[in-house]
Amino acid sequence: MRFANQVAIAGIGETDYSRESGRSELMLTLQAIRAALDDAGLQPHDVDGLMRWSVDTSSEGEVASNLGIRDLAWFGEVSQAGNVGAALVTHAASAIYAGLAEVVVIYRGVNGRSGRRYGRGDVTGRGGRGGGAFSEPFGLLTPQHGLAMQARRRMHEFGTTSRQFGMVAVTAREHANRNPRATFYDRPLTIDDHQQSRFVVEPFRLFDCCLETDGGGALVLTSAERARDLKQPAALIRAAAQAGYAAERTYVDTSAAVLGPRFWRQAKLDRGEIDVVQIYDHFAPFVIFALEDYGFVPRGEGGEFVESGCIRWDGGTLPVNTSGGHLSEAYLQGMNHLIEGVRQVRGASTSQVADAHYSFVDTGVGTGAIVLEGGTR
Amino acid sequence: MTDLPVPVPETDNQPFWDYLRSGELRVQRCASCGQLRHPPRPACGACGSFEVEWAGMSGKGAVYSYIVSHQAVHPALADRVPFATVVVELDEGPRLTTNLVDVEPEDIEIGQRVELAPTALNDEITLPLFRARR
Ligand SMILES: [Zn+2]
Repeated sequence: MRFANQVAIAGIGETDYSRESGRSELMLTLQAIRAALDDAGLQPHDVDGLMRWSVDTSSEGEVASNLGIRDLAWFGEVSQAGNVGAALVTHAASAIYAGLAEVVVIYRGVNGRSGRRYGRGDVTGRGGRGGGAFSEPFGLLTPQHGLAMQARRRMHEFGTTSRQFGMVAVTAREHANRNPRATFYDRPLTIDDHQQSRFVVEPFRLFDCCLETDGGGALVLTSAERARDLKQPAALIRAAAQAGYAAERTYVDTSAAVLGPRFWRQAKLDRGEIDVVQIYDHFAPFVIFALEDYGFVPRGEGGEFVESGCIRWDGGTLPVNTSGGHLSEAYLQGMNHLIEGVRQVRGASTSQVADAHYSFVDTGVGTGAIVLEGGTR
Repeated sequence: MTDLPVPVPETDNQPFWDYLRSGELRVQRCASCGQLRHPPRPACGACGSFEVEWAGMSGKGAVYSYIVSHQAVHPALADRVPFATVVVELDEGPRLTTNLVDVEPEDIEIGQRVELAPTALNDEITLPLFRARR
């Protein structure tokens, strides 16, 4: 991709993560953006681009008026669901590389616990209309139901076990236990806790499921050239790409099976060059499936890879979800993974991989991914 | 007790529900290349044709995957958990999301043989449910 290392993430910001923020989603959004601009050393009037998750409530117009942006040169959103963080980075990087905007902020602020709860069928349901006519009447009501169906089939085909899913959750928790921002900072988790936890929807146990979170996050993107003069070491966008739904759902392949081969080709990178990985862990099993479908490990071997400690910091060969991810830090639907990916190349993570040069972030098990490269100041 | 959502037939899938009302399971077959597809949609993903036939299915198949809801994430599940949803792969190939009648959730297995058990919800809608094959 032509914009490789020509655009950077120059600022990251987030609010506190809680179960009840007591603030509007717009307020959370603005607080996160302020924090990200402060981090970058930029002012609100420097911003000329805004990008958002289409499922969120804070419009670019409201955000622009609260920031005092008079001329919004670039704005947009990406549809689907929470899984579009890397796609937004891809769009924003393209716009900056094309000269359509200079400073683009990608933002979100959600009351995902105290407000609209994503896991509720009455929030995401279609009332038996459209494709819902062929799923909802039978109790397939929320995204987690469809994902559980996929996980069950995949367990059958590759022999992946619930205990291996549990080791994803335990590892994420260990990382969260070192991260003071994480929701589960002071709550340890053992594999026995996981194996004894109740089923939410089989095969998902309680500790296979992500948090529900109130909070906000923001990223500030600008040209690599401008980023060099800003406050932080630039996280260069070495690669960024998105992928849409496959026409026929197989129940076995995730989108990463489609995106993966193209991503590595477009990025001109080999998987073996990646130092640290963040993966969209709405449900723990999908960390294993994503590792396999992106090609970090052969299919069917992801479970053992996780069980043998390979995704742990410290000591693992490929640390994954080093902030605690959606399972144990916060469920900001990709935003907290992107922020952690930046921290890793800055050398600022609480589970810092030594000399992290290439930091990979997936924000939807194949709906999009980026690689950040540590820059020189 | 809240009910599960009832299918709302639409232009692109009306025949599917009309056939089921008379007890027949038919799915779309591309009239150009013969590819079967489900759920119903306007065009063939294999060849792009809009020409379609409605092919009768044997109603026989096997459980391809399944889930068991234990937490009622929708009001309709409140009095129904544990509640099993299955995907059945028909012997002809297409897969349907459905439920098994008269099978307890803990007795469901991938590969289990099943057959169609059309179940009327009301005068308009008959659901393509399945039962264990004896
Ligand atoms: Zn065709």
